[in-house]
Amino acid sequence: MSATEAQAPIWRHRTPKTRLAIWAGWLACVALFVWCWEMMTERTIWAFVYDAPVAANDLLGRAFPPKWGYIDSLLWPLWDTMNIATLGTLLGIVMAVPLAFLAASNTTPSRHILRPIALFLIVASRSINSLIWALLLVSILGPGILAGIIAIGLRSVGFIGKLLYEAIEETDVRQIEAVTATGASQAQILNYAIVPQVLPTFYGISVFRWDINIRESAILGLVGAGGIGLQLQASMSVLAWNQVSLILLVILGTVVVSEWVSAKVRHAII
Amino acid sequence: MLKIEGLGKTYKTGDKALSDVSFDIPKGEVLGLIGPSGAGKSTLIRCINRLVQPTTGKVLLNDLNITDLRTGELRRARRRIGMIFQEYALVERLTVMENVLSGRLGYVGFWRSFLRKYPAADIANAYRLLDRVGLMQHADKRADALSGGQRQRVGIARALAQDPELLLIDEPTASLDPKTSRQIMRLIVEICRERGLPAIINIHDVVLAQQFSDRIIGLQAGRVVFDGPPSELSEDALTLIYGAEDWTAMRKGADEDAAAEAEEQAEAAKMMSAL
Amino acid sequence: MSHMAYPTQWRRPPMMVKSRFWRIALTLGAIVYLLLAFSTIEVNYARVIEGLSRAQRFVAGFLQPDFTSRSRDIWIGIGESLTMTFTSTVVGVLISIPIGLGAARNIAPRLVYLVCRSIIAVSRSLQEIIIAIFFVALFGFGAFAGFLTLSFATIGFIGKLLAEEIEDIDEKQAEAIRATGASWVQLVNYGIQPQVMPRLIGLSLYRLDINFRESAVIGIVGAGGIGGTLNTALGRYEYDTAGAILLIIIAIVMVAEYSSGYLRRFLK
Repeated sequence: MSATEAQAPIWRHRTPKTRLAIWAGWLACVALFVWCWEMMTERTIWAFVYDAPVAANDLLGRAFPPKWGYIDSLLWPLWDTMNIATLGTLLGIVMAVPLAFLAASNTTPSRHILRPIALFLIVASRSINSLIWALLLVSILGPGILAGIIAIGLRSVGFIGKLLYEAIEETDVRQIEAVTATGASQAQILNYAIVPQVLPTFYGISVFRWDINIRESAILGLVGAGGIGLQLQASMSVLAWNQVSLILLVILGTVVVSEWVSAKVRHAII
Repeated sequence: MLKIEGLGKTYKTGDKALSDVSFDIPKGEVLGLIGPSGAGKSTLIRCINRLVQPTTGKVLLNDLNITDLRTGELRRARRRIGMIFQEYALVERLTVMENVLSGRLGYVGFWRSFLRKYPAADIANAYRLLDRVGLMQHADKRADALSGGQRQRVGIARALAQDPELLLIDEPTASLDPKTSRQIMRLIVEICRERGLPAIINIHDVVLAQQFSDRIIGLQAGRVVFDGPPSELSEDALTLIYGAEDWTAMRKGADEDAAAEAEEQAEAAKMMSAL
Repeated sequence: MSHMAYPTQWRRPPMMVKSRFWRIALTLGAIVYLLLAFSTIEVNYARVIEGLSRAQRFVAGFLQPDFTSRSRDIWIGIGESLTMTFTSTVVGVLISIPIGLGAARNIAPRLVYLVCRSIIAVSRSLQEIIIAIFFVALFGFGAFAGFLTLSFATIGFIGKLLAEEIEDIDEKQAEAIRATGASWVQLVNYGIQPQVMPRLIGLSLYRLDINFRESAVIGIVGAGGIGGTLNTALGRYEYDTAGAILLIIIAIVMVAEYSSGYLRRFLK
């Protein structure tokens, strides 16, 4: 690997022993890579792979030009997609806020029971992609936008919860101390000392998550959870690639707009 | 008024911050607490309103033993003890008025405070205090829009809004320039005189302490090593408190500041009379 | 008491939207939107009630996961996920190094800069799952399509952050090297690489973590890995197996997150 060789010079200032260890590390990486590659491609059908350029040519030929007339049947799904993202974000916020206060070490009412539970819920929500949540919920609730909203909500809990509880833990202790010294109750301390400090971060996180959720809700339809992804799935199953290309353009446009909105709003708040 | 008996604090890390501190403060006395950093000044005043839990000893405020109180009672005791902080400790994203009104949190219920619907008397009093510290025009500004000196005035108004029986003041001038420091100290002492309020001022600046307090307590490694009127604070006493540290330079620098300020005031007076 | 009468009323001034008109308009707009949005939710209650028993079984399956009856499928899926995570991160990072160099405004010629930036833009704006759909269509089902997907996504991610890192380097150090009459390659090797290397390693570890999470998803569209196994399990309503798979995913993600955080601190 030429790249690994080129990376050597920066470690010159290290002792021979560490240098040796680092070389061994790189060697292990290369060996691991080769082994993984063998494992992974064990079940690959290479005929398909060699055939890919032809397939790509064929696919692109069918995808362009996009079928512009199809846009009429995309507007309603697009509205659904937006609703999934927005309502899902709201649902996520409603669940994440109490969880964040339970998880933050300086506001948690019980350090040994509730805090670990809250932290686990946050990690669980974060490690499972919204598409997997949607898969699960469609299987339970049946297809539709409701499954999409809940999926987005469940995924957002971890994201918002984690960033929010970190913000709560980073609050200025002196401000909290000052409010405590006036004889304020726990609820008042929360309201007067902690909430004002985390509010801007909270708005920022929420808008940021909404932006991400617009992207994610666009594809939830692939597993039946409503929105424009349903059209994508339908078009793909009939190999209507010129519809697929239009859908992708629409998704791209929506993503760009939502990114712009979220950047504007975050800029205005902070 | 306030009686401290055998107060001691050992932190979980094993650091002994205070040992066997005892003294009384009568009504209306302004007590300057001096000592090198790490001598336990901050810990001592935080033990009085139990922001720090003392390990041994008693704090008696009008014969009420604060060290024994449970949560609800402690809140009621805290609201009668105003505290002014180093670097202001205002809630920066709230308005000046909210910061002053937060001094009433111990007296109003949660929903009232949540909806900012304070009793009319509290609001009038908050305005009166803002007027007293010269910030009437700034009530609706956000606290982080004010200068250092102005913020400390809000801190003073917040402590006074509590209608306190005792003021605890932790390094009130730590982040202020010398001139503003003097103004703030003067304001605090004036207010204490007006109301006959006893105060404990934890201060690192010996000259300010001597100039503004009625009595001085020197702490060294958590113990009281000096207790007497400012006039008795001899060089020997200072060496006892600060050790080998060169406190004379500190004193000299402060003297220069005072001289500069006096000159400035004389200038201003001259200009005024010329007009 | 002072002689002046002080106000007895105080209202918190609005902080964010100063104009009264816009405050009302925005509130009304939000309410109308929420009503409209809620009205689009169609709930088939019969289906939901039917689903409740499934939800119960899912919760039960999550609490009593079944690792054994489909263990072969699970292990194949996990193996594919892990191997494609690693290979795609390595390949993606290797490709993203030249692209990141090319996308750094301070060292790349204008034309190269534009080309590299557009590659990054394309890679970043397309979601993994959509790329996966295409690669599955082109290269057939299986882990190879997943590997390509994740490599492609890695290029955009690392390339952008690496380019930003290079643009932020201390110009003085690069200038000093340039002054010695060094060639472009020497400049990169001595002036830039030492400054961005720790960050590049950190980013690669972070991306490894992301790639694993994504590898659990792209299987849904047939790009190999544990996602496919999960999809099959849910399709068969085998919630205890699905619960086992989800627990494995959570466990691996947690381990990856902690160890990559630890490694990043260690390498600093």
